[in-house]
Amino acid sequence: MGHFLLVTIQIDLYDRLATNLESDLVQMVNKTGARGVLIDISALSIVDSFMGRILGNIGSMSKIMDAETVVVGMQPAVAITLIELGLELKGVHTALNVEKGMELLKAKIGSYGEELTEDEDGTE
Amino acid sequence: MVLNKDEMRIEKEQDVVPFRSRVKEFAVKIGMGLVNQTKLITAASELVRNMLKYGGGGIVVIEAITEGRDNGIRLTFKDKGPGIKDIQLAMKDGFTTGKSLGVGLPGAKRLVNVFDIKSIVGEGTTVSIIKWKNG
Repeated sequence: MGHFLLVTIQIDLYDRLATNLESDLVQMVNKTGARGVLIDISALSIVDSFMGRILGNIGSMSKIMDAETVVVGMQPAVAITLIELGLELKGVHTALNVEKGMELLKAKIGSYGEELTEDEDGTE
Repeated sequence: MVLNKDEMRIEKEQDVVPFRSRVKEFAVKIGMGLVNQTKLITAASELVRNMLKYGGGGIVVIEAITEGRDNGIRLTFKDKGPGIKDIQLAMKDGFTTGKSLGVGLPGAKRLVNVFDIKSIVGEGTTVSIIKWKNG
């Protein structure tokens, strides 16, 4: 089983920091060969469309690099607001907390591992 | 009636987070609940970002207001940017001239109780929103 990257966002990020986080994370996925990225946003009091886009980008970019992204710890008020705002957070999985997020990642990567073996059997 | 008032100049992206904190202070002071606070601050964040991106920054007036038995927060965003040619189009979900998701203006409108936008091409744009404490 591959290893995971764990990111805890502890303050409301201004735009430059959020963009840096995006590129740093993708580079870390590349460097470490991580199969999963877990982002804890429980300290974020709001997620606007910019932050939503950053989270979505991290998900899509990681996906291309063969890693799954799970966002955990979203505050209920943030979730209510996101839906009314019209953001769907495409490309990222969500889980209630870090523990549940880790379980989800393990399950995802486990099942992909199996798929991979099947594919190899088919082509050989 | 205005109970309390403040004005903030927004010129760079680093001004966004302090501005959001100031709005939160105002909302907490009138006893606004967490969900409404979050909606208000998110709408404010979208609008202030628009103002920076398309209007080159500007001024936001933050007011605690009272009308009858209702208390609320009114935010007025004024920029001297190029203005918006077609407001109806700009208010449509998914429309964007930039690289964003196009949820900013219509999304912000859904999050507040009163949303008013006025724009004159070549002069600038003023957006005014109100979120009632119990709205």
